[in-house]
Amino acid sequence: MNIFLKLSKVDRRFIYIFIALVVILPLILKPKFPVVPTKPVQDVYDYVENLPEGSKVMISIDYDAASMPEQQPFLEALLRQLFRNKLKPILVVQWQLGAPLGTTALEKIARETQAIYGVDYINLGYRPGYVAQIVGIGKEIRDYFKTDYRNIPLDSFPIMKNVHNYNDIDLLVGLEAGATYLVWIEYAGGRFKQKIALALNAVSAPDAYYFYQSKQIIGLVGGMKGAAEYEALVGKPDLAVAGMASQSYSHLVIIIFIILGNIAYFVEKSRKAKEGGK
Amino acid sequence: MALSSNFWIWIAAILTLAIYSFLYKDNPFYKFAEYLLVGISIGYGISVYWHNTIITKVFNPLVYDKNFLVLIPLLLGLLMFSRFFKNVAYLSRIPIAFVVGAGTGLSVPSSFEFLFKQVYATMPTKLDIGIIIIVIGVISTLIYFFFSLEHKGFVGRVSRVGITFIMVAFGAAFGYTIMARVSLFIGRIQFLLSDWLGIIK
Repeated sequence: MNIFLKLSKVDRRFIYIFIALVVILPLILKPKFPVVPTKPVQDVYDYVENLPEGSKVMISIDYDAASMPEQQPFLEALLRQLFRNKLKPILVVQWQLGAPLGTTALEKIARETQAIYGVDYINLGYRPGYVAQIVGIGKEIRDYFKTDYRNIPLDSFPIMKNVHNYNDIDLLVGLEAGATYLVWIEYAGGRFKQKIALALNAVSAPDAYYFYQSKQIIGLVGGMKGAAEYEALVGKPDLAVAGMASQSYSHLVIIIFIILGNIAYFVEKSRKAKEGGK
Repeated sequence: MALSSNFWIWIAAILTLAIYSFLYKDNPFYKFAEYLLVGISIGYGISVYWHNTIITKVFNPLVYDKNFLVLIPLLLGLLMFSRFFKNVAYLSRIPIAFVVGAGTGLSVPSSFEFLFKQVYATMPTKLDIGIIIIVIGVISTLIYFFFSLEHKGFVGRVSRVGITFIMVAFGAAFGYTIMARVSLFIGRIQFLLSDWLGIIK
């Protein structure tokens, strides 16, 4: 019993070191870890796979650097799939600090796949407006995005020919770190019947599964785990798949710590009760 | 092992270590990195707002397109600053009223559809264990938050089922939160081991 009491008083920095080791060692030793796609992720992949060539996919960057490890791998995997299937991504940004992240991934994968700017893809960048903008795109995208992110008029790009509103967008994929996805679902989805897929940070994902159950979104990619599943589906395992072993082992260690902490709590409680009873 | 020769990767690596040094204890390196992050984020944000709002939405339409209608939202925006002056602070209510009115007008019809889809998804259309759990969960949780009846007897038993569902939801949310935090740590370690130290590819 004494060992549990000692464990409950252990310096938290030892726990940090332990977690750090459990995260670092699998990244170096690279043990094989199976990544099995779940249905919400598979649904997003399948929907994109079944889009006809030339379909326009609007990607909204609604995250910033604090969510990079969760969102960036999914964004890159999605872009690989889009370019491979000759689909045309249109990048918009709702979180201004996310603009460089979206641009970096788009340029990286476009270089990899030799996609041509303005023909195969376009980056519209950040514009203020939020709800007004999301509603406004339902009428005419040029009311908010007259130019791309480099201030070149939208009409000079072949990809934007005949793209005016949600009717011309085949899928909207929101990469979300906050609550912007609620606005996309409420207005773009509810009012304009836009098909929506979401990639959410793990913190937000539990709040969005009921939109999947109610079919307000076609699928959901939750956190780094979801990104790893998508990388596996696209057939190019990258950073998210590489992080899954660390993720799983660290979860195991945290579960053990939670169990030990609870045992220590009850041991301490019963000891105090006995002392109080004397 | 191929140590990075990129100056900016070294800066990013040093700042990452400075932030993580807080786990040992609060220190000047952590404080420096924290203040730097806040300052740069705000500076970047202001510059983006300046170019995308003030220049694009106000200056260009006024000066080049001679569109004087933008003076109306400009004036409404400026009225927000009246809060800083006690004798005219009441003027800030005008733009607030505009935002609240427009926001509510936009939101009400969409909110109904938003909510009805959720209600519809709770209706059992087929006999399925998943949908039965959802129906029991929704009803018992709603009864837990129904305070017009005392929670004893049948109502008490149902509300106890409700609180069980709420606890399961909290547990799931907490599990996902742990996953999110560990993911962020993995991302940083991948950066340090790969981009900076070149230990892993």
